[in-house]
Amino acid sequence: MSVGELGCAFAVRGLRKVYRAKSGDVVATDLVDLVVQRGEVFGLLGPNGAGKTTLVRQLIGLLRPDAGTVELFGHDVVAHPRVVPDYVAYLPQDDAALADQSVAVALETTARLRGLSRLAAAQARDAVIAELGLEEFAARPIAKLSGGQRRLAVVGAALVGDRPVLVLDEPTNGLDPTARRAVWAAVERRRAQFATTVVLVTHNVLEAETVLDRVAILDRGQVIASDTPGRLKAMVDREVRLELTWRDEPPADPLVSSLRARAVEHGRRWTVRLPADEAHAALADLTSGPLFGALDDFTLSTPSLEDVYLTLGGAARDLERA
Amino acid sequence: MTAAVTPSAQRVVPEASPRPTFAATFGAIFRGQFSRAKIAAIPIFIAATLQSVGLVVLLKGLIDSGADVTEQSVVAGSSVTVVSFVALNLLAQRFGALKASGALDYFGALPVRPAAVVTGTAAAWASFTVPGSILVAVGGAAFYRLPLSHVWVIGPVVVAAGVSLAGLGALLGLIAPRPEIATVAGQLGMSLVMFLGLVPAHRLPGAIQAVRAIVPSTYAVDAFAESFRAAPNWATIAVDLTICVAVCGLALAVSAWAFRRAVTTR
Repeated sequence: MSVGELGCAFAVRGLRKVYRAKSGDVVATDLVDLVVQRGEVFGLLGPNGAGKTTLVRQLIGLLRPDAGTVELFGHDVVAHPRVVPDYVAYLPQDDAALADQSVAVALETTARLRGLSRLAAAQARDAVIAELGLEEFAARPIAKLSGGQRRLAVVGAALVGDRPVLVLDEPTNGLDPTARRAVWAAVERRRAQFATTVVLVTHNVLEAETVLDRVAILDRGQVIASDTPGRLKAMVDREVRLELTWRDEPPADPLVSSLRARAVEHGRRWTVRLPADEAHAALADLTSGPLFGALDDFTLSTPSLEDVYLTLGGAARDLERA
Repeated sequence: MTAAVTPSAQRVVPEASPRPTFAATFGAIFRGQFSRAKIAAIPIFIAATLQSVGLVVLLKGLIDSGADVTEQSVVAGSSVTVVSFVALNLLAQRFGALKASGALDYFGALPVRPAAVVTGTAAAWASFTVPGSILVAVGGAAFYRLPLSHVWVIGPVVVAAGVSLAGLGALLGLIAPRPEIATVAGQLGMSLVMFLGLVPAHRLPGAIQAVRAIVPSTYAVDAFAESFRAAPNWATIAVDLTICVAVCGLALAVSAWAFRRAVTTR
């Protein structure tokens, strides 16, 4: 069956959460509507502080919204939050709860806490250790591992017990490319074999474009776009991204002035989105004349989800691209 | 608990996984926490035990000078102080830190009862205190030439004091609004246990005697001190330990509530 035929995992309507503070109210989630189909890898992409974690904590019943509804397989999560752990495995950003246990004990303990028998928990532990390549440091305490190993170990804790829904908050943060691919492969394997639904929080554009079926882009608590990565990128596919890094203050020049008018400046790094032909012409002028000496670096790239985010009014600059 | 499912969703709802029993959760949490003993046991053992060994030795001077402090209460109070160092002080710090960092989300997203998590953790941490308490009890009794025939009472005393103080430690850590406050509360709690355990009850002013009556560790201290008599009153010991265990139940029940609250109100 295709993803759509399997029905809906999460249905979110009008979700709103406001934090009251002395310095003023902070709207963390602002009228969010989402549907996550069963069996799809759905992403929440946004810069730090966009409200991604606050949103997923409401999805899984750890945070009560001020308004709106969350349904998980038809269950009312707001009214019955304790139903969520029967279906969902959650990877939080913080791993302190497991840090003082060895990788193997942490995985087995988590499997037991998901209701597996002693034998099944030991088998699940061994399977995930092999799947993610954790053998080398399985006996070591998680707190003593490097940042990447540590993250990989707690991703393993989210994977044991084969829940029908995985909610993973920044699973690949700090991982090297090999470990990152191992996580993506593990996610894909579960989706293919068991129609596992995955909600993946990320601020990494490459990850969003590589592994997600659909993505919601969040900015300041709002979903500013939601679709497949391909369709979202088609919104900006007439433009390319030209990035310029100047050695010093850029020289006075008509071309520089016209680029500056359309650039997002970040110190001496400028990002300009232009129609492809204009970008090529500008780059030819920049690299063939005296301006070339003032340039420290330049890149020309096809549009990414970051461009979608910026086009739709996103203002933050900390989406990762690598 | 199973919430109502809308008919349209029912056809595609995957089966809910079975939840672990209370005993399975307790066992898994205990084992997971106990495994940290391999890492942390020696530093904890040294820190907790040295402090109480110091108390035993230093207070000999007071006793020799004729102060109204008995050898029995010094040994009993010092032994229970080992328990309070770990179960109350360190566990309050631990839960305070877990709450502050958001790490309790890990437990909040699992199909487990908070009471089983808190109880399993409290039991594991209480067990860390066993070697130090026995060392101080036996060593202290030998130092003061007290009879060792009933020193085994330290076993039930450590269990009762350990789980009740661990329950209180968990509660302090979970209700403290900031981790620093959890740390201070744990340390003050440990000092209170030490003070109330070492100073004879009849020397305390009325208000402090009332506090003594509601601090569970004092019952453990009284029970252990009683065991050093030539003919201990076993009924008193049994009553003291029963009160201690009852407080433990209360503390754990309130901790379980505080745990759920800490997870969902961040």
